[in-house]
Amino acid sequence: MVAETSPEIGGMGHSVKRKEDARFIRGRGNYVDDIVRPGMLYLDIVRSPYAHARIKSINSDAALEVEGVLAVITGETLKEFNLHWMPTLMSDTQMVLPVDKVMFAGQEVAAVVATSRYAAADGVEAVEVEYEPLPVVMDPFKALEPDAPVLRDDKEGKTDNHIFHWEVGDRDATDRAFEEADVTVSQDVYLPRIHVASIETCGCVAEFDSVTGQLTVWMTTQAPHAIRTVFALVAGHVGLSEEKIRIISPDIGGGFGGKVPVYPGYVIAVAAAVVTGHPVKWIEDRIENLQADSFARDYHMAAEIAADSDGTLKALRIKTLADHGYTDAACNPSQFPAGLFSICTGSYDFQNAFAEVDGVYTNKPPGGIAYRCSFRVTEAVHAIERLVDVLATEVGMDPADVRKKNFIPADAFPYQSVFDWEYDSGNYEGALNLAMETIGYDELRREQAEKRERGELMGIGISSFTEIVGAGPSRHFDILGLKMFDSCELRVHPTGKAVARFGTKSQGQGHETTYAQIIAQELGIPASDIAVEEGDTDTAPYGLGTYASRSTPTAGAAGAVAAGKVRDKARAIAAHLLEAEEVTEDDLEWEPGRFFVRSDPEKGVTIQEIALAAYTNHPQGMEAGLEAVSYYDPPNLTFPFGSYICVVDIDKGTGEVHVRRFVAVDDCGNIINPMIVEGQVHGGLTMGLAPALYEELSYDESGNPLSASFVDYLVPTAVETPAWETANTVTPSPHHPLGAKGIGESATVGAPPAIANAVVDALSHLGVRHIDIPITPDKVWSILRENGITE
Amino acid sequence: MTQIEVTVNGAAQQIDVEPRLLLVHLIREDLQLTGTHIGCDTTHCGACTVLLDGVPVKSCTVFAVQANGSEVTTVEGLEQDGALHPVQQGFTEEHGLQCGFCTPGMMLTSVALLEQNQDPSEDEVRQAISGNLCRCTGYVNIVKSVQHAGRVIREG
Repeated sequence: MVAETSPEIGGMGHSVKRKEDARFIRGRGNYVDDIVRPGMLYLDIVRSPYAHARIKSINSDAALEVEGVLAVITGETLKEFNLHWMPTLMSDTQMVLPVDKVMFAGQEVAAVVATSRYAAADGVEAVEVEYEPLPVVMDPFKALEPDAPVLRDDKEGKTDNHIFHWEVGDRDATDRAFEEADVTVSQDVYLPRIHVASIETCGCVAEFDSVTGQLTVWMTTQAPHAIRTVFALVAGHVGLSEEKIRIISPDIGGGFGGKVPVYPGYVIAVAAAVVTGHPVKWIEDRIENLQADSFARDYHMAAEIAADSDGTLKALRIKTLADHGYTDAACNPSQFPAGLFSICTGSYDFQNAFAEVDGVYTNKPPGGIAYRCSFRVTEAVHAIERLVDVLATEVGMDPADVRKKNFIPADAFPYQSVFDWEYDSGNYEGALNLAMETIGYDELRREQAEKRERGELMGIGISSFTEIVGAGPSRHFDILGLKMFDSCELRVHPTGKAVARFGTKSQGQGHETTYAQIIAQELGIPASDIAVEEGDTDTAPYGLGTYASRSTPTAGAAGAVAAGKVRDKARAIAAHLLEAEEVTEDDLEWEPGRFFVRSDPEKGVTIQEIALAAYTNHPQGMEAGLEAVSYYDPPNLTFPFGSYICVVDIDKGTGEVHVRRFVAVDDCGNIINPMIVEGQVHGGLTMGLAPALYEELSYDESGNPLSASFVDYLVPTAVETPAWETANTVTPSPHHPLGAKGIGESATVGAPPAIANAVVDALSHLGVRHIDIPITPDKVWSILRENGITE
Repeated sequence: MTQIEVTVNGAAQQIDVEPRLLLVHLIREDLQLTGTHIGCDTTHCGACTVLLDGVPVKSCTVFAVQANGSEVTTVEGLEQDGALHPVQQGFTEEHGLQCGFCTPGMMLTSVALLEQNQDPSEDEVRQAISGNLCRCTGYVNIVKSVQHAGRVIREG
């Protein structure tokens, strides 16, 4: 790493205030619903009240009579252009609008285009759809029974509801390790279906110029370039061509993975813009968002651990049923149908492990996005961190001791896991020790023992997680064949200011600030002099977007590499400027913002002087200008980690869980902006608390959503959310140019098992070994009642 | 159409509105003040919070005609003569925002709290903002931001 920078330069390690805030605190952000185009029309969507039904007829006559309604688009309309189905990222197919049957309650059935938002909504009410209800399959286990109705009868030859089987590890060796083990524990762990519920819903404005063929779409997307290519591939046959497609991702009001997919609404809006010749705006409301946009999780895991009687872990086995809804529209790298679930051996040195996942169709909305985590990592971490606690109880050890006994030791990195990941760096015991010290672990255990004597319910839970983020190396990772590199294009202007454009897209993470700090670190140009731009496919270099904590590991690295290229050229120009001193490039030393003569440090030139010379006095034979591009293909993933400890008190009368304290120790390698890192952890912890105690997308047996608004889908408020306590250890990534790893999602991954473990710990003397999240007051109260603790 | 008179951020306006027009759409679309956001349909998220005669209301659940004769303050009305409102300063200084979508509503609720109580405890802030959802920050820094603003106001 280059030397530390001054606060004026504001490179890595400085809590630089965010550039983004100036517009946001004034209400001057530019979100998609803020965009208005001349002659713009509004699109609203008719949705199915049935989870599975044949469409007998759609009558648009009354809707077309509504004042302001211009058109009603149905599956038949799109079928004329062969656009009624679209491919998913997992090589499955998804309806844009149905021509035959609907597959989940809330599915798009038709779209109304009108001159105003209100007229479009009136039109939706007036569309008459006749349905013939069909048998509904909601339970993924029943979906695999031989007599289950085959949901995807659109697929020729499909005779069941099974989507894929994926497995990793040595099954036989693992089975033998289980047979030979002193102790085995098993536990079914369900991670329920949840929803990112970013406060901004999804939407777009599509505009098509029928003369030039230019399509511009402002849309809520985390991956604008990939969307552009997908649009070109899917709609090439109707004349869309990639050089004439411009995707603009404006300010995004939270993403968390929910703005990675291509939802039908976007495609219908584009079709409507092409057909009507007017710009068309589609903004979904919250009920539509919760009913139809991608879910996360929904993993039914049967997990087992084999161990020695002293708590030494020997083997891990997990069998999972993944409920994907009616199509596999998961957002995973193409070669990974179960994402990175194979991180399930966690922070521990397992010699034997086997994991398998089977995907299944049901009459639920499609999806399989991350909810603020790298692909399926939260599921994996929850399983292992819960199971380690189950084992600790079985062998009569403190959960901290079992963890410490089995951690991959700090001197074992880089570490090759049994599932063949190369963990880049770690110090797991260091993080756990700091967390235990910070929270006063031993004292809490004493307090718990006293309280238990008095009949009070208090629990302490630990989670020592390892993430796998920053997808990823192109040898393994692609989306529809597009390799998962990311990019930076850096231009230094004659006056020494710079613009840096990236292939990612911030959704609140603060890229405009942290990327500027990366460039500042490498070039010594003050971060305040560096403009960062993302999200416009006409100007930004190609990249795969922001999700899976990949921005810092990939695009951030590209920024550092591009800045390094600029510095190399700057060195040559510096030598030219110092020609009178009779120096060569080799005689020059770098300090942030300046090359100087090694033998005479007073003599030197600043990066600003060099920038000016690059356009006004560059060496003959060298190209003018000072800019560079990097398409960074990471050599490996990064493996952020941490240890979290949670203390809960349980109300015996109501079963309510109160999180009294929560200490989070994170290690994301070298830190770019400590203020932003802390903010990311706070937010991630709250999105870990949410599914642990409150959130679940649930359905009745007919497939009706029971949590389709914020009345029933319980996003935590400031009152439920504890005052998070955070700390860091720093174990740099050896392969990242800045030693950084990524932090956006660690806390969402690590928090739920810490909370669940604390609640189970509070009830462990009653024989409780596991409770599925969300741990609602009702679930706890039922346990207390069964045990005669409450009436 | 019904004519209403409403004073928005200090400017009196006479506007013809449909009786069913929501206040949030009047603000965002007729008056083009897009700092007020929409995040739900059930009065839960608070992204659309504005001050109606000084009281925070969720403008997605108020008809424009109900604002007839009233004063409305939106996020665009907080900065006065180029000087940020103490709440805007607090949110910037304490990293009280990330994606910025809940921020205008969150700040207006905070302005109303600080009008009543310039030195709120952590718990009082949390109670006051409990009708405003934030998905990014985990609220810790929002609490600090509001308390920071309180200090700025108290110190005049």
